[in-house]
Amino acid sequence: MNKKHMDEIENQMKLANAGIPEKERDLFADARPVKVDPFNKYYEGFLNWARSRSLWMLAFGTGCGAIELRPLMTSRYDMSRYGIAPRPTPRQASVFIIGGYSSIKTIKRIVRSYEQMQGPKYVIALGSCTINGGMYYDSYNTINRLDYYIPVDVYIAGCMPRPEALIAGFNRLKEKIRAGECEGMNEYTEKFDWYKSNQKQIIKDWNMPDYNW
Amino acid sequence: MSLATQIFYAVISVTVATAYGLTLGGITRKIYARVHGRFGPPVWQPFLDIIQTSGRRVSVSHGNMFLLGPVFRLAGGLGTYLFIPVIYGSAVFSNFSMAGDLLLVMYFVFFGQLGMALGAGQGGHPYSPIGIARGLAQMSTFELPFALAVIAVAIQYNSLNITSIVAAQQGGFMNWTLFTNPLAVVAAMISLLGMNMHSPFSIVLAPQEIPIGPPIEMNSGFLSILQTNRGLFAAAKLVLFMNLFFGGATNLLEMVAKTFFIYMFSVFVGAAYPRFRPEQSFRFFLKWPTIAGILSIIYIAYLGGTS
Repeated sequence: MNKKHMDEIENQMKLANAGIPEKERDLFADARPVKVDPFNKYYEGFLNWARSRSLWMLAFGTGCGAIELRPLMTSRYDMSRYGIAPRPTPRQASVFIIGGYSSIKTIKRIVRSYEQMQGPKYVIALGSCTINGGMYYDSYNTINRLDYYIPVDVYIAGCMPRPEALIAGFNRLKEKIRAGECEGMNEYTEKFDWYKSNQKQIIKDWNMPDYNW
Repeated sequence: MSLATQIFYAVISVTVATAYGLTLGGITRKIYARVHGRFGPPVWQPFLDIIQTSGRRVSVSHGNMFLLGPVFRLAGGLGTYLFIPVIYGSAVFSNFSMAGDLLLVMYFVFFGQLGMALGAGQGGHPYSPIGIARGLAQMSTFELPFALAVIAVAIQYNSLNITSIVAAQQGGFMNWTLFTNPLAVVAAMISLLGMNMHSPFSIVLAPQEIPIGPPIEMNSGFLSILQTNRGLFAAAKLVLFMNLFFGGATNLLEMVAKTFFIYMFSVFVGAAYPRFRPEQSFRFFLKWPTIAGILSIIYIAYLGGTS
């Protein structure tokens, strides 16, 4: 393959960023996310053990389910004893909790926040609305299935799930992390085009870069 | 002692101090949790957090200054620690103490925050400059009583060498600066509250106002450097205060006991008081602790102190 050919392929690999005005496109990255393989088996196992004991969740109440996180954080259910702590910025968080229904306006922010998190990153979907729409199944402005838009690791069913159910969900997530099954970050990279087309189908005013660093 | 031995001892000393500082951080979280009526995370949680952040697979940088920010911060912590003699008379824990090290340490205490200000600014997040502006303003106000207290101590012992200041306080607890020059200790301990950034002076990393301020864009490895430094720097500050005001330590156990109680002072104040607004915090430091610092210098320089 000659150089011209390579450049062409490289250009095709770049993201179009068609949603943002042309003069602003230079300000944003246009590279696609790349798959990052786990470290070697024993080191990754050790890291997974530490990750499962230090879960930093993104404190972003995306739906009404976020109300159940308050008793979980405070003295009644105290999640800090399980090594779970809220983190105010997606750059540092490792667990993203989707609190129930997500409207089309919110899913845009969810996608942005999810992409800004540094992997490995995990998603807990809480409430029936994230599974099949729940009581909002025929609403004009909410999504029905969350895992069409971002990869989900653990679902917690119920409307609303009590903090006990959330703790059970966190324990399930910990088991999955320790078993090395939480590769949502790489799944998102591999099926990037599928996720993007799903997101763009539902978000009509796409005025952000195609991949938010 | 050859340089190689000295470096080897310094590595041991830094490791012990970092582990100690991080454990103190864990104990602090536990105490805050108990005050809230919770169980709280395990004491070793800060270690797990560091492994977790350093074990992230990807990290995003915003440029060269952004890379240098955490490095400067760690350099500030290391610099502060490496020039303080931790244990009086110990070869392993005497670090690189020398004549005039007190001035160097005073400089290094504030060096990290300046470096962090340069680095975090490049992150581009609006909350970083707000946190930095608050941090630098608060720093210049609590530096004043602290500097006055240090000047009083330097006049009292006629020395700028921490080792000789510790040496002058040996021989019974009545020789500690705490009893020979109490006003300087009052000024310095109040400025320690600001340095440790617990409530009511937690205006820099205020999670509910400016989601954690300067390090908001710091991720993965950058954050783990900052976390490590938090442990080391906490230990360094406590050892400095122990040396200047509480008679230093002659063994590791004494060091741990003294620094633990110095730290608990700011933890208990932090658990009991809500957060100040920035301007309240600045005014507070420029009022009572500064007056105490000036009085301590007058007491030592003109009234001759007790000695």
